[in-house]
Amino acid sequence: MANRERPLSPHLQVYRWQITMVMSILHRTSGIVLSVGAFALAWWLLAVAQGGEAYARAAACLASPFGLLVLAGFSLALVFHLLNGLRHLSWDIGWGFEIPDVYRSGYAVAALTVVLTAAIWFVALRGSA
Amino acid sequence: MSDVKAQESAAKQDFRTPVGRARGLGSGKSGTGHFWWQRVTAIALVPLVAWLLGTLVSLVGADLDTVRITLAKPWNAILFSLFLLAMFWHAKLGLQVVIEDYVHERAVEITLQLLVTLACVVGALASLYAIGRIAFLA
Repeated sequence: MANRERPLSPHLQVYRWQITMVMSILHRTSGIVLSVGAFALAWWLLAVAQGGEAYARAAACLASPFGLLVLAGFSLALVFHLLNGLRHLSWDIGWGFEIPDVYRSGYAVAALTVVLTAAIWFVALRGSA
Repeated sequence: MSDVKAQESAAKQDFRTPVGRARGLGSGKSGTGHFWWQRVTAIALVPLVAWLLGTLVSLVGADLDTVRITLAKPWNAILFSLFLLAMFWHAKLGLQVVIEDYVHERAVEITLQLLVTLACVVGALASLYAIGRIAFLA
C-alpha cells in the first residue's frame, strides 16, 4: 500500500480561481467571522443591560478606529452572507442553477454587497454626524 | 427461479430494517435534521437581519437611555430575541460543518464541537438575559 503523504481536500492550488469558488470560500469565511460577531453583539447587549461604566467602555471601544474597522468588517461579512445566503436558498428550490446563472448571480452578489454595505455606512455616519 | 430473482432484487432495493426505514434517520442518526434547520434558520434570518441592521443603524450616536428605550419596545425585544435564537442556532450548525470538514483529528474535533455547542448556548442565553433585563428594567 502506498504510504506517502497525499494532498488532502481542499487542495485549492490545482484550480484556476473563478467567481464560483471565491463566493463559496467567502461564504464560509464570512460565516466564521459572523460567529465571532455574534459574541461581540452579546457583549454589547450585556453592556447596554449593565449601563454605567460597562456601557461607556463598550461605546468608546466601538467608536475607536479599531472598533470602527471591526464593525466595518462585521457589516461587510453580514451583508455578503445575507445576499449569498439568498443565492444558496434559491439553488435549494432549483432557481438559477445553470452555470451562466450561477456566474451572473455571483457577480451580482459581489457588487450588491459593496453597494449595500456602503449605503448602510453612509446612512449610519450621516445619522451620527 | 423467478422467486429467487424477486428476492434478490428486493434485497438490492433496501437493506434497512423496517423500523430504520420508518424512522428515516440513516446511519448518521440525525437524518435531514441538520440540512433542514440550517435552511429554516436561514429563511428566518433574512427578514430578521434586515430589521436588525435598520435598528442598529438608527441607534448610531444615540445615548444609553435612547438605546434602552428602543430595545425595550415590545416588538423590538421580541424580534431581537428571535434573531438571537435563530442566529446562534445557525452559527452552531455552520461551525459544526466547518469543523467536520477540516479537523481530521478525532479528539480535537469532538473537543471543538463541544466548545462550539457550549459557546453558542452561553452566547444565546447571555444575550437573551440582557434583552430581558433591558426590556423589563428600562
